[in-house]
Amino acid sequence: MKPSLDIVIAGVGGQGTVLASRVLAQAALEAGLSAKTSETIGMAQREGTVQSHVRIGKDECGPVIGAGRADVLLAFEPAEAVRALGLLKPGGFLMVNDYFIRPVTVTLGTSVYPTDAIMDYLENTPFQLKVVRAFETAVAAGSFKTVNTVMLGALIATGSLPFTREAVLKVLLDLVPAKARAMNEKAFELGAKL
Amino acid sequence: MGKTLLMGNEAIARGAIEAGLHLAAAYPGTPSSEIIGTLAAWAGDFSYYVEWSVNEKVAMEVAAGAAYAGARALVAMKQVGLNVASDPLMSLAYIGVKGALVVAVADDPGPHSSQTEQDTRTFAKFAKLPVFDPASPEEALEMTKDAFELSHRYGMPVFVRPTTRVCHATAGVEFSEIQSFPTEGFVKDPRWVIFPRLSYERHRWVESQLQKLAAEFSENRWNRITPGDRLGIVAGGVSYYYAVEAARDLGLHPTVLKIGNPHPAPLAKIEAFLRQVDRVIVVEELDPVLEEAVLAVAGSIGFAGQIHGKISGDLPRAGEYSVDLVKRVLAELTEVAGDAAAASTLDAPPQLPVRPPVLCAGCPHRASFYAVKRATKGLDAIYTGDIGCYTLGNAPPLAMVDTCLCMGAGITVGQGLHRIEPERPVFAFIGDSTFFHTGIPGLINAVYNKHAVKLVLLDNSTTAMTGHQPHPGMGRTASGEVTQVVDVVALIRACGVGLVEEVNPLDLKAAEGAVKKALEYPGVAAIVMRYPCVALYKPTRRFRVDASQCVNCKRCIKELGCPAFYQEEKPVIGPSCYGCGLCAQVCPVGAIKEANS
Repeated sequence: MKPSLDIVIAGVGGQGTVLASRVLAQAALEAGLSAKTSETIGMAQREGTVQSHVRIGKDECGPVIGAGRADVLLAFEPAEAVRALGLLKPGGFLMVNDYFIRPVTVTLGTSVYPTDAIMDYLENTPFQLKVVRAFETAVAAGSFKTVNTVMLGALIATGSLPFTREAVLKVLLDLVPAKARAMNEKAFELGAKL
Repeated sequence: MGKTLLMGNEAIARGAIEAGLHLAAAYPGTPSSEIIGTLAAWAGDFSYYVEWSVNEKVAMEVAAGAAYAGARALVAMKQVGLNVASDPLMSLAYIGVKGALVVAVADDPGPHSSQTEQDTRTFAKFAKLPVFDPASPEEALEMTKDAFELSHRYGMPVFVRPTTRVCHATAGVEFSEIQSFPTEGFVKDPRWVIFPRLSYERHRWVESQLQKLAAEFSENRWNRITPGDRLGIVAGGVSYYYAVEAARDLGLHPTVLKIGNPHPAPLAKIEAFLRQVDRVIVVEELDPVLEEAVLAVAGSIGFAGQIHGKISGDLPRAGEYSVDLVKRVLAELTEVAGDAAAASTLDAPPQLPVRPPVLCAGCPHRASFYAVKRATKGLDAIYTGDIGCYTLGNAPPLAMVDTCLCMGAGITVGQGLHRIEPERPVFAFIGDSTFFHTGIPGLINAVYNKHAVKLVLLDNSTTAMTGHQPHPGMGRTASGEVTQVVDVVALIRACGVGLVEEVNPLDLKAAEGAVKKALEYPGVAAIVMRYPCVALYKPTRRFRVDASQCVNCKRCIKELGCPAFYQEEKPVIGPSCYGCGLCAQVCPVGAIKEANS
């Protein structure tokens, strides 16, 4: 039986969730599996809540994953992990970047970000949780903007995807601009060690 | 050849190319923008012509002219863009086309980034034109090709109507060979000149074409029945997949009628379907277009079973559908157990931060709004807004957008407001691309009719909200060719505006001064706030808060709402700072400095 996998990528507009979902979908196609994605493009890209869905090896279905059906939730930001948690199936794999992005509403005091309560909540959910320091790793690779690549590297290293690390790295380097390749390769490799 | 990962909009572009595209035109609008964006990016490899037109009406007419000459033309827009293009389209339905004209209109159930949830299928009924309604990127490619073929054969404009979940979904798509057709050229004929007598004849022609199309749609591959038990489901667009997946998860085995041509409805196919089922659930987003067709056929054949949909009150008319929503409705109507996986067993989460989209760190619009806000402090001014990133200027702490209606309406709504309450100053904010789109006639109206409003042109040298498409003020075409720059300042002066100020909004003092000058000027005045969008350049500096000098008054945070800031013991500027330096001009004690100083 061919593998099938539903992956949700959650984050904040500008973090590069779209690139991450395209890499996974392209890698799936190259592995001979069907792939679909659905992405947030448009107004929400400006620091709003964004989600990308990737469906691998699923036929006769839409591009959006239903509640409690995702195998993997890759969250680039803790609050966005909690917001997307209802999509993850019981026992599903949850990888979270532990770097908090405080929206303007919190800075202005019209909304709150209880960071400790959010991390406690994530630690007590019925999922396989892995917390990664993706922001610091991305900075070490050359730019905080490579958080998406670090997270991809970290996800591939868990062995939970039906394709190889080399295959994903190749797709990634094809998709990023030439001058950002070295930095992304470094971010990917550092991510894989997390 | 293997499959290529394409977004639905890219698939429409590819379908148009495979169908022998000669000309494509559009004005950008989410979720449609990537159709023409893709054609522009690929233009070098093919021989078609592609342009960003100044608005959707213009795009429709350029495409119509090409089709008159026998070309295969594509025009693309978002659903509200079709309102702008409706004047030529309604007449084109009667006049018809030669070559082919495919009208790709992206609907936005939700809506994710639109003013309305209008349904282009309903518009197509009104305009009396056929529609293809793709459910996936794969279908979007194939339907676009079929739409070109149909348009050519029937001599009518044909709609392709994807929704956001098709436009912005990706899937592995197979390419096939590219067809090529000669263009016959324009042949002079009275048929191209619309007169009342001709309109009557052509109205009769359109109606007869629709009857033929309904019969053809009952036989083509896009309207098909998948046999199952006596429970019937009718679905179209992405809702088809929601319905199929929901039924599968619930263990149901319905007979499914998938309708890919919602107008004119495939009546014979609907009749064949109704004869195979005892009851029907219609699953479609937005208007009950399929449901009305099913009800009409059911009435005419005396179908006795129940028909569930929006009209029956079982499914919502507003908002986007999802597999979860459809699952809930199917479980309830069929009295099967709901999906256990979908029932959350999680504890209630802690309170989550509200995270709306905001103006980017370094966005020059923030500075423009702030300059006007400072200069008009204490006055009971009204700030009319328009469509673009700058609509986000309505959020606190700026709170500088009091109205937003549709493209170009800021300047004109402002005139009505000012006429009724002349004592209140009116500032109309409009982006550069929106100004070219529909702002100019409004400005001429202000001058002509002596509405002394103040225009604030937010000139960031791009069409930012929709993905940075070029426009007439930039000296570059869709395919990257250098062209004449249309000078907005000269244009504003030529409209008769007596005072035009040009200023860099990031120079707060100068910007405030320009606003005050405009305020004092007795007639229509304009301030051109000019600084490029942050997406167009790399930051060359960053700012930091010097904690030893900071008095923690929080003015930087509370006045500007810049997302680069967060509050620790004292305000901190995070990594997304773009170096605009506005905060440094707001800080009363000079505690904000360049990071390397």
